[in-house]
Amino acid sequence: MSDTSGITSPSHSSPAGDYAAKEEVARQSGTAPQPSEPKKTQASSLWANAWRDLRRRPVFIVSGIIIVLLIVIAIAPSLFTSTNPKPGDLAHFMQKPKLGHFFEADWFGYDGQGRSIYARVIYGARASMTVGVFATLFVTVAGGLIGILAGYFGGWVDALLSRLTDIFFGIPLLLGSLVMLQAFTGRTAWTVALALGVLGWTQVARVMRGSVITVKQADYVQAARALGAGNGRIIFKHVLPNAIAPVIVVATIALGMYISAEATLSYMGIGIQNGISWGADISTASSQIRNSLHVLLFPAGFLTVTVLAFIMLGDAVRDALDPKLR
Amino acid sequence: MTTNETPANVPEPAAGKGAPLLEVRDLHVEFHTRDGVVNAINGVNYSVSAGETLAVLGESGSGKSVTAQAIMGILDMPPGKIPKGEIFFRGDDMLRMSDEERRKIRGSKLAMIFQDALSALNPVLSVGYQLGEMFRVHQGLSRKDAKAKSIELMDRVRIPAAKARVNDYPHQFSGGMRQRIMIAMALALEPDLIIADEPTTALDVTVQAQIMDLLAELQREYNMGLILITHDLGVVADVADKIAVMYAGRIVENAPVHELYKRPAHPYTRGLLDSIPRLDQKGQELYAIKGLPPNLQHIPAGCAFNPRCTMAQDVCRTDVPVLHQVTERDGAELPGRGSACHFWKETIHG
Repeated sequence: MSDTSGITSPSHSSPAGDYAAKEEVARQSGTAPQPSEPKKTQASSLWANAWRDLRRRPVFIVSGIIIVLLIVIAIAPSLFTSTNPKPGDLAHFMQKPKLGHFFEADWFGYDGQGRSIYARVIYGARASMTVGVFATLFVTVAGGLIGILAGYFGGWVDALLSRLTDIFFGIPLLLGSLVMLQAFTGRTAWTVALALGVLGWTQVARVMRGSVITVKQADYVQAARALGAGNGRIIFKHVLPNAIAPVIVVATIALGMYISAEATLSYMGIGIQNGISWGADISTASSQIRNSLHVLLFPAGFLTVTVLAFIMLGDAVRDALDPKLR
Repeated sequence: MTTNETPANVPEPAAGKGAPLLEVRDLHVEFHTRDGVVNAINGVNYSVSAGETLAVLGESGSGKSVTAQAIMGILDMPPGKIPKGEIFFRGDDMLRMSDEERRKIRGSKLAMIFQDALSALNPVLSVGYQLGEMFRVHQGLSRKDAKAKSIELMDRVRIPAAKARVNDYPHQFSGGMRQRIMIAMALALEPDLIIADEPTTALDVTVQAQIMDLLAELQREYNMGLILITHDLGVVADVADKIAVMYAGRIVENAPVHELYKRPAHPYTRGLLDSIPRLDQKGQELYAIKGLPPNLQHIPAGCAFNPRCTMAQDVCRTDVPVLHQVTERDGAELPGRGSACHFWKETIHG
C-alpha cells in the first residue's frame, strides 16, 4: 500500500494528477451547492439526469409549453371557444379576421361556408394531434423494438425481421393507407393513426437497426457483457440510450409527416369521417387561397407550429441524452 | 531427437501454489469470414494460479486478445468459433457451461480490464452508475447502496474526491483516472482472476507506471490471479511472474519472467528482446525483426515464424514444432520453461 501511495496521490505533479486536480477545482468552484448533493445522488439514472438537464433548456421549455397547450386544446376544445365549429352562416362568407377580437368566433375570420375558422382550428387540433402523436408512438415502439431485436441479435432474427421490414417498406405510405382505410367504414382519427403506423414503422426500424449495430460493437457493450450483465440490461441500459438519438430525430420528423399525411387523406376524402381536422381544412382552403389567404393561413399555421414544436422537443431530448452536450 | 524433448502439450504443473485457478488447454479459435476461415488461435495452453501474474506477450494479430475474449466468453459467435479446446476455471470447463452459468461467473469471479477506458465506459451513464451496476447485477443491491459502494471503490483506486465525482461522466475524467475506474469496475466484486487487456497502452508513460503499480498492489492485496496482455516488454518485467509469448495463434515460448529476459529459447523472443531500444546503443540502427506477422488465413507451413527467422532450416518449413521442455546443457529440466522451436538448444545455449 505504502509504496505507491506517493505516486498516485492527487498532489503529485504527473499529468493525470494535474488534470484531475484542475477538474476538481473547476467543479467545486463552478457548481455543486454541497447540501443538495445527497438528494441528487439518489436519482441519477440516465432519464433522471436528462430530465434535470431538459428543464433548463429554453428550446425544451418553449416547445414543451406549446405541446402542452395543444394537448389541452385537443382534450378540451370547449375551454377555448364556445362557438360550434360545424354549422355555417353564409352571412359570414369569407369574412376577414378581426385580430383584436381575442378568442371570439371571428378572431381568425370565417371560411367559405361561413364557419368560424378559430373554432375549427381549435376543434381540429384533436384529430391532427391524435393522428400525429399516436401514429408516431406506434412507429417508434413497434419499429424501435423490431430494429433493436434485428440489430442486437443479428443472424436469423435479423434476416427474418429485415425481410419483413423490406416487405412493408415497399408499400407506399399514402397509397397503402388509402387502400387500408377503404376497409374501414367508420373512420376516426384512431383508424387513420393505425393505418399510418402500420405502414410507417419501417423507417424507424431501419434507423434503429443500423444504430444498434454500430453501438453493439462498442467496447462498453463488450465490457458490460464481460462484467456479467445480461441481454436485457445490456439492451436497455447500454445499447438503447446510445442508439436512440437518430430514432428521435426520425420520429419527430415523421410526426409532422403523419399530420400532413392525414391532411392529404382527408383531402382525398378518405380521412376522418364527419370530423374536423387541420388537414381537411387546409385542403378545402387550397382552392380559395387566391382571394382569401386567411382561410389557409390559420390551419396551416397551427400545423406548422405543432410540427415545429415536436421537432424542437425531439432535438432537445436528443441533446439531453448525450452528456457531452449538456 | 532425444528423450527429454517430449512434447509439453500440457502446461507445467503449478508448483506449490495448489491447483491452477485457470487452465487453458489446446484452445483453438477460428473466425468464419466471407473470404475464408481465419485461424486466430491454434492450440494455446496456459495456466494461472491465485496470486500469480501471467504476462501474455505478442504483437498485433498474435491472438492474445482473442484468447482473453474466449476465456471471458465475450467472443462474437458467429463469426467466431471454438472448434477445440478446454478452459478450466477452478476445475470446471467453462466451454461446457450454460450461458447463464457463465454470465454469473463473469464480473464476480472473472473480470476484465479493457485497453481504452474511454471507449469501454458507457458515455451516457455516470461512472458511479456503471460501478454500481456490478453490485446491482450480481448482488441485487439497491441503487443507493450501490452508489455508496461505488464511492468506496473509487477511493480504493485513489480517485481524488470520489464522493464529489461519483456522478460525473466518463468524458469528464482524464485518461489515467478513467483507467482507474475500469480497474475499480473489474475489482468491484473481488474476482479470483482479472484479465487486463493492454491496460496501459492508451496512457502516457508516467501514468502507465502508476496504473501498473496500482494493479500489482491490488492483486497482492486480494491474492488474485492476473493475466496481463501486452506487447510492451517494459511493462511486463516488473509485475509478471511468468511470460507466455504468442505468435500466429500459438504459444512459442513460456518462461519465468527473469529467465526469459536473460536467456530466450526461441528466435522470435530473442528478436523481440533485441528490438527494445537501449540507451547504450544510441546512434545505432534499431534492430527489427524482418518481415511482417503472417496472414492468419494463410499461416506458413511448418513453423509459422520460419519466413522471418534467421535460423530457419528445411525442417522449419515442413514440421510444426511442438512445445519442447527446455533444459540446461546437462539435461536438467528448467521448470516452467518451454519453447516451440526445432532449434531451441542452439537458441538458448548459443
